[in-house]
Amino acid sequence: MPWYLELLRAVAGTILIFSGVAVIAAMFGVLLERKISAWIQSRLGPKHVGPQGLLQTLADTLKLLQKENIVPRRADPVIFASAVIVVPLAALLDYVVIPFGTTRAGPLIFRDLNIGVLYFAATSALVVVGILMAGWGSNNKYALLGGLRSAAQMVSYEIPMGLALITVALLAGSLSTVTIVNAQAGLWNIVSQPVAFLIFLVAATAEVNRTPFDLVEAESELVAGYFSEYTGMRFALFQLGEYGEMFAMAAMAVTLFLGGWRGPILPPVLWFVIKLYALIFVFMWVRWTFPRFRIDQLLGFSWKVLIPVALLNLVVTAFFVVVAHR
Amino acid sequence: MTGEALAFYVLAALTLASGLVVVTSPNIVHSAVALVPSFLGVTGLYVLLNAEFLAGIQILIYAGAITVLILFVIMLTEGGTGMRARQRNEQGPIGAAVAAAMAVLLITVATHTAWPRGAGTLPAYTTAAIGRSFLGANILVFEGTSIVLLVSLIGAIIIARKEE
Repeated sequence: MPWYLELLRAVAGTILIFSGVAVIAAMFGVLLERKISAWIQSRLGPKHVGPQGLLQTLADTLKLLQKENIVPRRADPVIFASAVIVVPLAALLDYVVIPFGTTRAGPLIFRDLNIGVLYFAATSALVVVGILMAGWGSNNKYALLGGLRSAAQMVSYEIPMGLALITVALLAGSLSTVTIVNAQAGLWNIVSQPVAFLIFLVAATAEVNRTPFDLVEAESELVAGYFSEYTGMRFALFQLGEYGEMFAMAAMAVTLFLGGWRGPILPPVLWFVIKLYALIFVFMWVRWTFPRFRIDQLLGFSWKVLIPVALLNLVVTAFFVVVAHR
Repeated sequence: MTGEALAFYVLAALTLASGLVVVTSPNIVHSAVALVPSFLGVTGLYVLLNAEFLAGIQILIYAGAITVLILFVIMLTEGGTGMRARQRNEQGPIGAAVAAAMAVLLITVATHTAWPRGAGTLPAYTTAAIGRSFLGANILVFEGTSIVLLVSLIGAIIIARKEE
């Protein structure tokens, strides 16, 4: 394929991922979040816009689009404005390596990179740069504290997450997400690697800054953390990045541990979506039923519990892989 | 011009332009943030060279972790703003002389090298090849690196403990 066609394909793919993630992940995700939180707290949730409140997020998005963009006077305009692009972009980049299903022509994936898992870890690590930029650029102490906490938290939780990713890659003998799904044809990784699955889920919750690890935007102490000063569509873009990242983490967990698109009778894409939303539900369930950690407990938990357990799990897995190959 | 050459020039320009911002910006946070596009440009160059594993590691370690740590350190000092951190000191002339000498050296080397093509072919899957090289022929170097990292880790813990 000539290079300009490749470029065109990349642009088309970006638009597809962006609109798909924006509509499905962020809009529907916010609605789901509100409905599930309402259900857990014995409320009704959004009810009036559209049937059963289905169009509530659409209305909210339209409202946010019309709002004024306020830039604080002492803020750094370049950093303040570009942070808004970095966060959703880093989240959207994750979707390149996620196999959504399979067809006769091959797996439904944007690009089956042979470093898929590493690519995922790398792009999701970029989110924190955007968060730090937003925190510093706002020239607001709450935003700065949120950014600092985010940096400490994400650097700490990337390590156990990376170790869990390596364990799975070790079992499949490949970093490609499609190969990892294919390797789970007989047995899902959640059965053979329950510890790695738990570590991945905990680290993913911390990486996407959700309760009980949402110290980055703890509203009772930091207003809204790093995006306190953002208004209108810029605020919405941070929400898009956050929900996009959460859906990407859930999709990756499905790919790595729940057999990806595999399942009986139903079409593969449907299986993928079912598993994805089951995990999204777990994320939301955890968010609305657990209290928040303290920052020292949070960091201590990663360094003193998760990392040693993940390392041990990796060594044991490596041992069995070597024995099996003998 | 082929697409590959075009991609190279775009990536090289991105790397150099943001590198220029890193060294000239009067604001230290701007310098640190400008490291990210510079690292990403280098990542693109790795991808052009079929070094996909290095590209992934470059983003994960440099763009992701190193930049974040630099920003983190800046924000922990100077009341969190980094605005008062001086970017230059009185050693400007000496630095300029060293930089000029370095430039002369590099240009001389670049113009006097024959630039032969590397012998052999690329491995189909560089990740596995790098792993084999690390745990095979170069195991001593690899283990030596891990000892250095372990020593710095222990050193960091000891320094942090002293303050308690």
